[in-house]
Amino acid sequence: MKEEKKKLEGMGEKILKDVEKGENPNIDIPLRTLSNVKYDEKSGMLTIGDKSAKRYFFNVAHAKKFTQTMMVAAFAKELVDEGIHTSLRDAFYALKRTFPNSNENTFDEQSESDPIIVDIEVALDILREQLHLSADVRGRVVGDVVIEDRGDSVDWSKLGSGGWSIPSNVEEIKFKKVKADFILVIEKNAAFERLHEDKFWQKHKCILLTTQGQAARGVRRLIQLLSTEYKLPVYVMTDIDSYGLYIYSVIKRGSISLSHVSDRLGTPNAKFLGLTMDDIEKYGLQKFTIKAEETDIKRAQELMNYEWFKSPEWQRQLKMLVQKKIKAELEALSGRGLKFMTETYLPEKLKKKEFLD
Amino acid sequence: MTEQRILTAEEMAKTMREVSVAEFFEKNRHLLGYENTTKALITIVKELVDNSLDAADEAGILPEIKVQIKEVGPDRFRISNEDNGPGVVAEKVPLAFGSLLYGSKFHRLRQSRGTQGIGVSGAILFSQLTTGKHAKITSSTGKAIHEFEIGIDVAKNQPHVFSQKEAKNPDKWHGIRIEMEAEGRYIEGKQSVAEYLKQTAIANPHAKIIYDGPNGKITFDRALKEIPKQPKEIRPHPYGIELGIFRRMVSGTKARNVVGFMTSEFSRVGKGSAEQICKLAKIEFSRKPQNLGPDETERLHKAMQMVKLIAPPTDVLSPMGEHVITEGLKKELKAEFFVAVTRPPAVYRGNPFQVEVGLAYGGELAEQDTAQLFRFANKVPLLYHQSDCATTSAATDVSWRAYGLSQSGGGLPQGPVAILVHFASVWVPFTSEGKQAIAEYPEIVKEIKLALQDAGRKLSHFINQRKRTQAQAMRRQIFERYIPVVAEALAKLTGKDEKIILKKFEDIVKRKAEILAQEQEAKEGEKGVEDVGEVIGESKVIEKEKGSEEE
Repeated sequence: MKEEKKKLEGMGEKILKDVEKGENPNIDIPLRTLSNVKYDEKSGMLTIGDKSAKRYFFNVAHAKKFTQTMMVAAFAKELVDEGIHTSLRDAFYALKRTFPNSNENTFDEQSESDPIIVDIEVALDILREQLHLSADVRGRVVGDVVIEDRGDSVDWSKLGSGGWSIPSNVEEIKFKKVKADFILVIEKNAAFERLHEDKFWQKHKCILLTTQGQAARGVRRLIQLLSTEYKLPVYVMTDIDSYGLYIYSVIKRGSISLSHVSDRLGTPNAKFLGLTMDDIEKYGLQKFTIKAEETDIKRAQELMNYEWFKSPEWQRQLKMLVQKKIKAELEALSGRGLKFMTETYLPEKLKKKEFLD
Repeated sequence: MTEQRILTAEEMAKTMREVSVAEFFEKNRHLLGYENTTKALITIVKELVDNSLDAADEAGILPEIKVQIKEVGPDRFRISNEDNGPGVVAEKVPLAFGSLLYGSKFHRLRQSRGTQGIGVSGAILFSQLTTGKHAKITSSTGKAIHEFEIGIDVAKNQPHVFSQKEAKNPDKWHGIRIEMEAEGRYIEGKQSVAEYLKQTAIANPHAKIIYDGPNGKITFDRALKEIPKQPKEIRPHPYGIELGIFRRMVSGTKARNVVGFMTSEFSRVGKGSAEQICKLAKIEFSRKPQNLGPDETERLHKAMQMVKLIAPPTDVLSPMGEHVITEGLKKELKAEFFVAVTRPPAVYRGNPFQVEVGLAYGGELAEQDTAQLFRFANKVPLLYHQSDCATTSAATDVSWRAYGLSQSGGGLPQGPVAILVHFASVWVPFTSEGKQAIAEYPEIVKEIKLALQDAGRKLSHFINQRKRTQAQAMRRQIFERYIPVVAEALAKLTGKDEKIILKKFEDIVKRKAEILAQEQEAKEGEKGVEDVGEVIGESKVIEKEKGSEEE
C-alpha cells in the first residue's frame, strides 16, 4: 500500500478509536508559526519545531476546522485511490457545500481550505503533491536539458521564447540530458526574457529559470533536484528589497510556513548574486532606485532578526536598505542600456564570484 | 341699618367659600389633573377606579370594575364606571358625590389611594363645567337600587339633585355606577387610559377590570383572590410635620394644654418628651394650644424636631407583597422571568414608608428597547413626570450591567426588561401638586436602589443560567450539524460503514456534549499557554516529545 494512503487511513482509524474510547476526537498538528520554526545550522535550512496543537472535535472553537480537516483528508484519499490529480482551487470547489439544515458553508473561501491541506501535510508528514493536490503552475525554465515528462520527451532548448513551464509536481520527471555549469534563478519574468533573447544561457552554459515572483513548490523542488543530482551551483538574482531577499531565502532555506518540507524543497547551497546594495553604487544605478516604503523597512527589520540572515554581510546589506530607505528592481539595470545586464553586469559578477551566502 | 350690613365672620367665610369652589377648581386645574383634555380623561377614570378599589378593599370584596368610554361628539366622551363594592346608602349619595370635600383627608395619615385630587366630585365638577350635563349615579347596598341625577351647586358647594328614582333589585346587586360626560381627547400609548388601567391591574391583581374603550374591549383578569391587608391610620410623627399643618392642628385641637395636645395628637410623644419639647420651646406645659401666638407655635414646631424620639410605627403600611407583584406582572406582561423584592419599612422625616420592586425579563418584551418603568405610589400608577421621580433616579443609578443587562450612560437599562417600583407611605412626598413624581429624599432613593439591586442579583442568576443553557444548546447544535459530515469523511478514510460511525458519534454526543461544554467553558477563562498567532490560533499548545513525530 502506498505511504500516503496508509497515513490517511491511519488518521481516520485514530479518530474512530478516540470515539470508541469515549475520548474527545483530536488531530495533532505541528505548529507552523515563526515560534515553532528552527534554523538548523548544520543543514542550512529551516525545520519545524516540536510544538504542536491538538484540534478537537468537541470544542466549539475547533469543531468546524476539525470537520474541514476530515473532509479534506477524505477528499485526498479519493484522489489517491482513483489516481486523479487536481488543483487547490478544484479541491475548494469540490468540498464547498452547505451543512445540512443550516446556512453555514463547509468552506467559504479557498483561503480556508488551503491551510487545511497544509495542516494535513504537516500532521501526516507528507507532501501535498503526494496527495495529488497541487498549486497553480508558475515558473519557466530554458537550458540545454532534455527530460521525460509523462512519456513525452521535452528539450528545454527548443521551446521558443517561452521555455518550459514548470509543473507543480516534478516528482515523476526523468532527466535525460543535462548540460550546464550552473543554474541562474531570476525573480522577474522580464529579466528572464531579456536573458533568453540574448542567448545568455547558451553563452554561459547555464540553466536559466524564472520563479515569476515567490517560488512555487514545483520550482523549488526542481532547483533542488537539479542542483543535488548534477552538482550544479545555484545563483539567485532578485530585486534588492525585502520581498526579493525572502524569495532567495525560501529557495535556499525553505519557508516559515512550509518548514516541515524544507528538506524536500530547500537548496542550501544556493547563493545570492544580486542585486546588492553595493551594486547600486558600483553599477551607477542610483538614479534608478525606488523609495522604500514603511512596510519594506519593517519587513527588512524582520529579516534582520531571522537567525539565517545574521551573517555580518547580510546584516550590512539590510542595514543599508533600512538606513538609505531605497530599493532597486532588476529592471534598474536596463537603465544602463538594454544589454547591460547580459553583457556587463552578469559576466562581471560571475567572473568575480561576487555572491552573498 | 348699618348693623344689618355687617356680616358675621362665619358668613364671610361662607361667601369666600362660595366664590372659591368654582374658582378654586378653575385656578387649580393643573394641580388636580385636569390641565389638558388628554389628561382630564385619564384623571376622571383614575378618580372613579381608585374610588371603586378603595371601597371594595375596605369592605373586603374582590373588586370587579367595568369602565366604559364612548365618544359622543367631537372631543366629547361619555365615561362610566361600575363596581361591585358595598355601595353608598341612598341618603348619603348626593353629599358623597355632589360636593367637594377638599381637605377632608388632610389630617388623615394613612396609606390610601385617594390622595390624587379631589376625588369623584372633582370629576363630576369637571364634567359639569365642560358640558353642563349632570352625572348619573346608581347605587345599591344590596337592597333597592337608587338612581340619581346630580350636579354640583358651585356657589354653595352643595349637591343639586335633579332626579331620584328607586328600582327593585331582584339580583341583589351592590355597588356604584357613575356616568358622566366630559370634554376630552382620547389617545393610546404610554400616557393613556388603557395604560393607566393596565398598570392598575398590575398593582391590583385581585381586581378584575373590564375596559370598554373607543378602540375596543380589554379585560384585565383577576389573578389572585386575596384581598390586601388594610393599612392602619396613625397619628403624625413630629419629625415629619409641616409647619402649616402643625398650625392647623394647634388651632383645631380639643386638648386643653400643650402637653396634652402633643401626647394625644402625635405618635411617639410621651409625657416626658412633651415636657422636654415645651422646655426647649420655652412654653409652659399648661398653656392652651389655641392661645399660642404664631412665634410660639413656630418655636414649638422647631423644638419638636430637636428632641430625640422613637421612630414612628411601621406596621401600618400595606405593601403589595412580593407574591402580588410577581402575579400582577405575570398577568399583564408576557415575560419569562419575574422577581419581586419587598424591603422592610423605613422612615423618612417621621413618615413610615416601604419600597418594593419587581422585575420582568425576557419573553415578548422587546430586546432593543429601554426598560419600561412602572411607578406606583400607594398602588396608584404614576404616568407623568417620570424623569423627576425618585424611582427613576434610583433605577438609573443602579449598575445594571453587573446583572447582565446593557445600560448606556446613566440611563435605564436596555433589553427585554420591565421595572416596577412601588412606594407605599402614609404620606407620599410628591414633587409637586400634580402628584406624578416622588421627591428624591435620600432615604427613599437608597431604599429603592437597595430593592432594585436585590432584584437585579436574582435576575442575573436567571440571565446567567439562561445564557449557559443557550450556549450549551448552541454547542450541541454545532456538533450535531458537523457529525454527519465527519462520519461521511471517516467512512471514506477507513472504509467502514458510515451508519455505524454515525451511531458512535451520536452516542458520544449524548454522553459527552454537556460535560465537554462545561469543561470548555472553564477553559475559556484561562488564556492559552502561548499566543500561537495566525495559523491555528485558537488551538491550545501542547508540548510534544521530540522525535515522536517521526514514524
